[in-house]
Amino acid sequence: MALLDVTDLHVAFPRGKKGEVEALRGVDLTLEKGQRLGVVGESGAGKSMLAFAILNLIADPGRVTQGSVTFDGQNLLELSERQIRRIRGNRISMIFQDPMVTLNPVLTIGKQMIETLKAHRSISTREARRLSIEKLNLVAIPSAASRMDAYPHELSGGLRQRVVIAIALLTDPELIIADEPTTALDVTIQAEIMSLILRLCRDNDVALILITHDLGVVAEVTERLMIMYAGKCVETGRTRDIIDAPKHPYAVGLLKALPQNSAKGAKLYQIPGSMPPITNLPTGCPYHPRCERSTDKCRAAMPPLEHGVACFHPMHENGARDDAEAAQ
Amino acid sequence: MTHSINDPIVETRGLEMRFSLPTHFLSRKKPVLHALSGVDIQIQKGETFCVVGESGCGKTTLGRAIMGLLTPSSGEIYFRGERIDTMDEAERKPIRADMQMVFQNPYASLNPRRNVFQTLAEPIRYLMPEKSGADVRAQVEAVLDATGCDQSWQRKLPHEFSGGQRQRIAIARALVTNPAFIVADEPISALDVSIQAQILNLLNDLQDERGLTYMFITHDLSVVEHFGDRVAVMYLGQVMELATTDAIYRDPKHPYTQLLLAAIPRLEGGSFDAPREPGELPDPVNPPPGCPFAPRCPIAQNICRSERPLLRELETSGTMAACHFAE
Ligand SMILES: Nc1ncnc2c1ncn2[C@@H]1O[C@H](COP(=O)(O)OP(=O)(O)O)[C@@H](O)[C@H]1O
Ligand SMILES: Nc1ncnc2c1ncn2[C@@H]1O[C@H](COP(=O)(O)OP(=O)(O)O)[C@@H](O)[C@H]1O
Ligand code: SF4
Ligand SMILES: [Mg+2]
Ligand SMILES: [Mg+2]
Repeated sequence: MALLDVTDLHVAFPRGKKGEVEALRGVDLTLEKGQRLGVVGESGAGKSMLAFAILNLIADPGRVTQGSVTFDGQNLLELSERQIRRIRGNRISMIFQDPMVTLNPVLTIGKQMIETLKAHRSISTREARRLSIEKLNLVAIPSAASRMDAYPHELSGGLRQRVVIAIALLTDPELIIADEPTTALDVTIQAEIMSLILRLCRDNDVALILITHDLGVVAEVTERLMIMYAGKCVETGRTRDIIDAPKHPYAVGLLKALPQNSAKGAKLYQIPGSMPPITNLPTGCPYHPRCERSTDKCRAAMPPLEHGVACFHPMHENGARDDAEAAQ
Repeated sequence: MTHSINDPIVETRGLEMRFSLPTHFLSRKKPVLHALSGVDIQIQKGETFCVVGESGCGKTTLGRAIMGLLTPSSGEIYFRGERIDTMDEAERKPIRADMQMVFQNPYASLNPRRNVFQTLAEPIRYLMPEKSGADVRAQVEAVLDATGCDQSWQRKLPHEFSGGQRQRIAIARALVTNPAFIVADEPISALDVSIQAQILNLLNDLQDERGLTYMFITHDLSVVEHFGDRVAVMYLGQVMELATTDAIYRDPKHPYTQLLLAAIPRLEGGSFDAPREPGELPDPVNPPPGCPFAPRCPIAQNICRSERPLLRELETSGTMAACHFAE
């Protein structure tokens, strides 16, 4: 059985008197124990909605209108608030772009960590303190014991995000959901934090959903990849396969548009236009107005997700694997 | 790209910028933040001069000082050989049309109550008062065409546009007075990948058509590699390495440049497997006495902690580096 199984997840917001707009329009996802999945897409694609919906955290007036989120055999969307608290922040941890979403500015690091642990485990303060320092050491915070008395504002942005990771690890979770954890950080700090997350997940067999807009980060850290566009998954599969041989025209365009994939000084490949807002989606395939390969069929109907790609005219029709096998 | 080596369009000499911070209630001493500590750069006509480094290293301060939006604490700034940092607003006005700036945040840099025509007409009316109303309209139309903006945008307000469209408008505003030199401060950092390519292509085309000189500020090294002719790598208000883009990527000389390049996530993967030491920028209010990078540097020796290395030309290549041990 998979660790996490998301099927046909829809999230909608009210619009006007009776109407609704959908921010997630039927997303499926399966994650095995210890597997690392990257979720990539432009801003507004629905990445954060997916993370919140998995945790049953969609705030009013938004709501999950359809679908299920099965974690270790239980549908999280049907649990009571009490039941889900035993999972959220315990068996599933979260890391957000802004460390201050997690950290309380008026509490010391130590107090927050000890309280978090005691909320989920019946252990002594002393033991909670010992475990907290152990986790701070694990995320390579210099002089960890003395940092227990520090307030969040006394730490740099990079150190704060390390503390958030230490807190996420406190309860030995089976799954970590990280929503753009390094987007606000500098490249050298990003490299430190991502390399830390990668090694911690790998060494402890922790599954990861890593939301980012950076294909390089995804290539470094994840084994599987999902590319989102306008509230839908347009391509999913092994990270390596997609990066080496993307099939969906949007995935192809995103990769081709990267400066590192163009000769120096040459014109960059550019995708025309921009992603439509969810309030004004085109008919058929949401990508068709920007797509080089679109036909009348694409304008008329929504392509279903088949063999990991939601497109009527994908590149590499048989997939990277089959191409390679055929070549042998 | 055309270079005539001894003809810098912009030059800074020993540029320093110190900001006085509010006094801490427990202390009498007024803390001083060192944002720029002796920056010497020469930007050649027609080139794309990139400035890279992590946040807080002084990139924006350098750009704003060159644009005359900040007055340096000491040092000199030249534009086409003429000293400009000591000019008052009236003296500066004639050259303002020649140097313009594009800002990082296309949401904050456009006045929400001005339509596109008003936004674009304003710099012409202020800096080129001799232009007739018909001239202004013609110039606005021409710049909209040149930047890929639709003429129908003229009567629209900023909120009606996406981030990429706003950045086009911001670029149009910078170009409307036909400048020779543009400071672009992280012009694509706030944009999505597919839009970044559109804006980079636009900047490239405009440079080819108009022979523009760019000072391109960014923290994205893969953009620099594609786009830049030369690069200055900054750290804590100082230039640590200055070289051609090719040289920086082929053979980075400064340990900080090496650290930066090793931090780029690669599509090939595999470079995040090894653990990395947590590193932090030193406090710009109390910069370390020697090399600002010494606390993070893997090869630092005693001399690095006491003596500040000056930016010097290395013998083996044209690269300039501020490191006691670079060679
Ligand atoms: N409270 C809300 N009301 C209406 N629409 C919303 C609300 N919150 C988010 N959305 C919309 O949902 C879509 C997906 O948002 P999000 O998941 O945050 O995107 P991403 O994380 O991929 O950038 C966006 O189009 C956004 O405008
Ligand atoms: N007006 C100001 N007052 C005080 N400190 C400032 C001011 N502007 C910038 N700084 C400081 O100067 C340093 C350089 O800032 P900046 O030039 O914005 O860096 P960058 O653009 O490289 O991120 C930072 O430490 C910043 O906090
Ligand atoms: S379905 Fe059609 S429009 Fe959509 S991505 Fe595929 S080819 Fe393009
Ligand atoms: Mg988001
Ligand atoms: Mg800046």
